[in-house]
Amino acid sequence: MKTFTPATARAGAIHLTIDGRRYEVDAEGKNLLHVCLSLGLNLPYFCWHPALHSVGACRQCAVKLYKDEADTKGRIIMSCMTAVTDGMRVSVEDPEARMFRGQVTEWLMVNHPHDCPICDEGGECHLQDMVVMTGHAYRRYRFTKRTHRNQDLGPFINHEMNRCIQCYRCIRFYRDYAGGRDLEALGAHDDVYFGRQTDGALENEFSGNLVEVCPTGVFTDKTLQKHYTRKWDLQTAPSICVHCAVGCNTIPGERYGMLRRVRTRYNGEVNGYFLCDRGRYGYEFVNSASRIRQPLAKNGDVQHAIAGPEAAARAAAAVSSAPAVGIGSPRASLETNFALRTLVGPANFYLGVSDLHASNLKLMAKILKEGPAPVASIRQARQSDAVLVLGEDVWNTAPILALTLRQASSNAPAAAAMKQKKLNAWDDAAVREAIRHEKGPFFIASVEETKLDEVARECYRMAPSDIAALGFAAAHEIDPSSPAPAGVSEDLQQAARRIGAALKAAERPLVVSGAGLGAPEVIQAAANVARALKKAGRDALISLVFPEANSLGAALLAAGGLDAASRAMAARKGQALVVAEADVYRGVAAKSARDLLSSATHVICIDHTRHATADAAEIVLPSCTYAESSGSMISSEGRAQRFFSVMPPVEPAKSAWRWLDEIAVAAGKKPSAWQDMDEVIRAMTAELPELIGVGNAAPGANYRLGGSRVPRKSIRESGRTAATANISLHEPPPAKDPDSPLAYTMEGASIGAPASLNARFWSPGWNSDQSLSKFQAEVSGQLIGGDPGVRLFEPPAQDTGTYFAATGANGPVADGTLILVPRYHVFGSEELSSLAPGIASRTGAASLALSQSECEKRGLHAGGTARVTVDGAEPLELAVVVTHMPEGIASVALGMPGMPVLPVPGRAIVTGAGK
Amino acid sequence: MGWEQMLKPLTADIRADRAALPLAAYEAAGGYQGLRTAISQTPFQVQQAVTASGLRGRGGAGFPTGMKWSFVPMGAPGGSTADTGGHRYLVVNADEKEPGTMKDRWLMEGNPHQLLEGALIAAWAVQADIAYIFLRREYTQCAQSLTRAIAEAQKAGYVGERVLGSGWNISIRMHMSAGRYMCGEESGLLNALEGRRATPRNKPPFPQVSGLWGRPTVVNNVETLVNVPHIIREGPEWFKSLSPGSDPGTKIYGVSGKLKRPGLWELPMGTTVRELVDLAGGMKDGLKLRGLLPGGASTDFLSADQMDVKLDFDSVAKAGSRLGTGTMIVLDDATCPVGMVLSLEKFFARESCGFCTPCREGLPWVARILESLEQGTGEQRDLEILEQHVGLLAPGRTFCALAPGAVEPLGSALKLFRDDFEKHVHQKRCPWK
Repeated sequence: MKTFTPATARAGAIHLTIDGRRYEVDAEGKNLLHVCLSLGLNLPYFCWHPALHSVGACRQCAVKLYKDEADTKGRIIMSCMTAVTDGMRVSVEDPEARMFRGQVTEWLMVNHPHDCPICDEGGECHLQDMVVMTGHAYRRYRFTKRTHRNQDLGPFINHEMNRCIQCYRCIRFYRDYAGGRDLEALGAHDDVYFGRQTDGALENEFSGNLVEVCPTGVFTDKTLQKHYTRKWDLQTAPSICVHCAVGCNTIPGERYGMLRRVRTRYNGEVNGYFLCDRGRYGYEFVNSASRIRQPLAKNGDVQHAIAGPEAAARAAAAVSSAPAVGIGSPRASLETNFALRTLVGPANFYLGVSDLHASNLKLMAKILKEGPAPVASIRQARQSDAVLVLGEDVWNTAPILALTLRQASSNAPAAAAMKQKKLNAWDDAAVREAIRHEKGPFFIASVEETKLDEVARECYRMAPSDIAALGFAAAHEIDPSSPAPAGVSEDLQQAARRIGAALKAAERPLVVSGAGLGAPEVIQAAANVARALKKAGRDALISLVFPEANSLGAALLAAGGLDAASRAMAARKGQALVVAEADVYRGVAAKSARDLLSSATHVICIDHTRHATADAAEIVLPSCTYAESSGSMISSEGRAQRFFSVMPPVEPAKSAWRWLDEIAVAAGKKPSAWQDMDEVIRAMTAELPELIGVGNAAPGANYRLGGSRVPRKSIRESGRTAATANISLHEPPPAKDPDSPLAYTMEGASIGAPASLNARFWSPGWNSDQSLSKFQAEVSGQLIGGDPGVRLFEPPAQDTGTYFAATGANGPVADGTLILVPRYHVFGSEELSSLAPGIASRTGAASLALSQSECEKRGLHAGGTARVTVDGAEPLELAVVVTHMPEGIASVALGMPGMPVLPVPGRAIVTGAGK
Repeated sequence: MGWEQMLKPLTADIRADRAALPLAAYEAAGGYQGLRTAISQTPFQVQQAVTASGLRGRGGAGFPTGMKWSFVPMGAPGGSTADTGGHRYLVVNADEKEPGTMKDRWLMEGNPHQLLEGALIAAWAVQADIAYIFLRREYTQCAQSLTRAIAEAQKAGYVGERVLGSGWNISIRMHMSAGRYMCGEESGLLNALEGRRATPRNKPPFPQVSGLWGRPTVVNNVETLVNVPHIIREGPEWFKSLSPGSDPGTKIYGVSGKLKRPGLWELPMGTTVRELVDLAGGMKDGLKLRGLLPGGASTDFLSADQMDVKLDFDSVAKAGSRLGTGTMIVLDDATCPVGMVLSLEKFFARESCGFCTPCREGLPWVARILESLEQGTGEQRDLEILEQHVGLLAPGRTFCALAPGAVEPLGSALKLFRDDFEKHVHQKRCPWK
């Protein structure tokens, strides 16, 4: 919590007087509202948003500005639209300013339905807070209210337009910030309507942020509404999104053993104020019927429920006689992966992805550790003034990074316009207007069109080998000692020249790539560009997108991928296979997966959710989702972050690492059991010193705040003594949690806890997410005490590495086959979120995408069916989608329902159906 | 040029039947000589001439035109389009929407080439390469006459590439607006022209720096621009000599209300209210003048004892109102002033763009209170709320000038006709019905 301490004089600081009190602030170019909130003052506002900045629409943040010391009259100004200047004298508490602010609230409430008791925003409503803050209590308006009809906006968002106060934040976020097209301001005067032209699901993948951006109850969480709970009754804990590798910080909320919703947990270095819809709405898999709740064991071909100790004993017996092979998971915590690695031995620990993907992960991990350039945090990516995206469809594989790059794309033109036209960075409408037709140095090379293309100056549609060649050629343009690729066309060379020149001219260039295409040469090309920029003296950063929440962490532990695991199983008969929170059928093609499982004497699967591997396993042990367990994960940034259980596990389920540890001890592979998670982390970091920072990602279980654990429940939680009265009148003791310093209680204080332990942003008078400014060192800055997480890797300041050898441009092949590459979708490509009903309803069908000309060659048409034959997989029929992509290439949407795993990138024979 | 024409340079050539003056007739009357003169000068010289003439914008705000142009970043002195790269725009604000105002219509229907010439000279002065005429949709006659005139001017080489043998290219494009009052405000107009909602923009940046699509843009009213060819042709001193006072040139004045001969006149700037009312034949028999809005709906009432106020920018301001568009609306003693203000506030409430809170929510509340007064259901507290709104919707508290303008007639009516408001409350009816 913020307490103001008068600052001592600093260079570059200016002073201003607010209500007679002198403040010294580093506020050059900031607006007065930003400064007041940063100082911890209570000043009401609506249309301003820390990420969307100022437009001056609501007029709520009015204050009095005085010309000089002699001025006694002053004049009303809007603080959000006023730049702070040295010596400025203002009053927030001036009676006329207060009266005006109260009047603004009265106007805003003229048409508001006053339906707070039944409003889904209740308990965290910024409008409610501001009404109280401005003191508007009695309405004088005595005429009829304007009313609206609401729309069905799809599975994620409720629409209740009558509550709207026309702050315009929704369309400014949805259209300007996130690039959506289907939400508009319609109508005029006191009849402005924010909605779609017709009913229908909001198309943009960041639509869920409207729930938090809207200061009242117009846009609310429709998934929460299905199992509504009052906000102060939600039990919360700090968590990390498990649906991609960006590592967005989240606040899941639980009541009566059910996960009810997910909100953004601000982290200045990571996700800032926002989440993508997969991250916000994927949580419903936790409540899904696919959860494994009981240990199961096969009797013949059929799995039957058995008791936990018996299941663990059977598993221990299976792994005790011979060395076992372990399959870890990029979606499981470090602790679980490490426990499995400890059980089977480091040499026998593999990752549940193909060897190609595992080696790509290792390659990216090596680049993170050794350079050439530091990895960009999301905040740093936001600052970049030139961007090259090589091969990665960031929008679909790392949505929040894409949202950030969308903003960064305007940095260079905005900086130029602000300088030339003397604009303030926070004057959002003016800056956007000034750069309306200008695009910054932003380049995308990809196989297919991406949703970021619209902000790019140049986009190239290329085969993976050409994308790599473009990168290598650009690196060569920047630094001639960087190896040049062979077989490069004049067009590609010209493009490389433009990219090289633009990146070299930038101060903070960023190179983005990732594991998405599965092409190591593309990753290497990205590294070469970054290295060339570093050698040219630029503060270049790199951003490599890992596919899953803990891909990087798991890759650091694993010896190889599933193909290597298969070889190890074949090399020595009679081994058991232990699979932890992974479905090998998602890692390799079905035949390979079957062969791997059938080569084992016993298959033991530990997971929280059913899948093909669990179905095939002899022994199944129920583990916990992120909502019921604590653990650590490493994001694409190399940031170790801790998530904490929101609710206790329901026995017999327990954290996967506990099952694994129990088996290891029972099988005699480990002398004694780990007592808590801190012990696992200590063992892990002792064995893998490069992970030492994981231990500092959050305070350990012994941490106490004022002698108490940090409560997961709010002080306002209701019904504590009655919640389980239908079972027993005796209030049960709170569940124990040996793995964290959090408690399943409402006792104790959370205010003052380190940011990594705080899952409740609340301050007196500020019940909405807007209370965040009370927890930030400065608006949009770090959380007080530092943003959560620890960056594990910084490459050596002096780059001593060498360039990767350049691979040449190959283009398509002439043998009639197509290069088959993977395609990703925010909705559908990720395993767990696809089990959430809302996400599932937004997921498309399995399909094959290819160019019009390739369709014509094969007699295919959009909407028709193609037969796809690839080595090592059954031929399959897929719906045809026609897109803009080069000839000789086709893409398949991996992970989508009904889409089997294919060996991609690879080659495919594509013909008309039935041929 | 005869004395009669000297006094009415803007309208002298408009035919009695108000049919559009064809190009040949316009040229015969000296048309496009101003453009020839301008192009023979540097843009800076043209700006200086207009600045020296003292011409002030006729759209309502009265901002000095030459100064407005001078804010366009021109690069090297003397003018060159190569300063920042990209287009520069001249936009003709022909979205004449102020209640009681129809002066631009007269000018555009009757003498479209005069407007084109003014726009071309202005475009030259700021080195714009594209000019838009943002025309009110209902002005179909103007659209016809202007469209024909643009084609004629293109054919004659006044518009297009290398105008009159110079190296300067200019195109003129007509835009029929979907039409809202808000489009009369220049930044709202620019947003509408971009195909976006007609909401105003914050200033700074001013359009001259960041206007249409973020490019330097000058927006001028029709009547402002039609003065320009005459200033360039005859010189700033001639322009100053047109009026007896300090505010130079002529003005198209209008009078509406229950007068014997309401209409439009071109007269020297500074003509008094009384002279104008006399020209309109005085009040209809049996009626007395109770007050008037001197410059359209968004100006303060002048009272019946302010008949000798000179209708120029400074004199009207000194009298407590604004010259505005110079087209007055007269209130007589048989018309309910509350009803008149209601009709205005309903208009303004409807035309609020809905962007800022005070205007969007305040004006409809004001209108509903006035309606309630008229229906006899008004309360004493309503008058307080009305008075409060006059102060609450003052300049600086709202995003643009629409609401401050809207409460000018309300605030002045509450002072001048307080008794009438009180009677509505106490008699629980409109005494005029």
